[in-house]
Amino acid sequence: MATTSKQYKAIGEDLWKSRTDKINSELFSLTYGALVVQLIQDYEDYAEVNKQLEKMGYNIGTRLIEDFLARSPLGRCSDFREVGEVAAKVGFKSFLNITPTVTHSGAPPPSTRPTSTVQQQSGVPGSSFILTLDENPLAEFVELPDEALEGGLWFSNVLCGVLRGALEMVQMQVQVEFLSDVLRGDESTEIRVTLLKYLEEEVPVGDD
Amino acid sequence: MAIFSLWVINKAGGLVYQRNFADGLAQLTSNEYLVLAGTLHGIHAITSRLSPTGSSSGAQVIEGESFKMTILLTATGTKFVLLTSLAEATADLVLQRVYEAYADAVMKNPFHTPEMPVRSEGFDTRITSLIGTGQP
Repeated sequence: MATTSKQYKAIGEDLWKSRTDKINSELFSLTYGALVVQLIQDYEDYAEVNKQLEKMGYNIGTRLIEDFLARSPLGRCSDFREVGEVAAKVGFKSFLNITPTVTHSGAPPPSTRPTSTVQQQSGVPGSSFILTLDENPLAEFVELPDEALEGGLWFSNVLCGVLRGALEMVQMQVQVEFLSDVLRGDESTEIRVTLLKYLEEEVPVGDD
Repeated sequence: MAIFSLWVINKAGGLVYQRNFADGLAQLTSNEYLVLAGTLHGIHAITSRLSPTGSSSGAQVIEGESFKMTILLTATGTKFVLLTSLAEATADLVLQRVYEAYADAVMKNPFHTPEMPVRSEGFDTRITSLIGTGQP
């Protein structure tokens, strides 16, 4: 049963509307900004701040996925392409009220391979998608100082962690990283999610 | 028409929440509940391989003579098990509401370690208001 892009958008819109508790977006931006600034003061190393933001995001993601699954009518995604579509149109929409555009790319072709059989896999490790955010509620009114630009700070790195944590809870190990950020002077804000592998379900061994 | 008991089993098979409502089931020690939950987890895993029609997510309803067990398996591997009388028709709906309460009261508490036993007043209160005494 292929769910069309429009259906995902409708589901995302419904989920966003049905959440009755919404907070002032500026309060949210202020809170996140205060957090990043405090981390910078505490760690004084932008790479470390990036790592901490990602870790915090991971913690959020592992919990957020349960809320997402409990409230959305969607079941498991059939392939990695669908994961990208659902994450952008339903996930981001229902939590941040933004809909990033998704650009998919399959796995890079292996060097030597007989061209006979086409393997039916639900998502080849190596496939990826890029989310392009045209607006970012975390970074309203933010202007990065020069040291942050030179130091390589990804201001919204928490989003990478959230995606990684959430997908790990549904048995996908992914690598998530920022490619560009308008705060750094780039054209657009892009996050790339690459599938590393599917995680096998844990089977209990012996008597515990 | 009664709800006897609710279990929540984590993805490794450990019992993280157990609560009885209406009378009708034997009262067991907490250790016995742990063992039963682990056994159910194993059986559920086996049933997901037994499907004659290809892939399956495992048993959803197990019926006995005097009770029935409804299992909701989430995409994250958590199982919500509701033990009810045979006549109870709302088990699936109740389980869905329990999942929402779990996603709110348990997962969103930053001090709760995932996969660990649930010790949350908020969750208990939500479940009480949802299921009450188990009798309609």
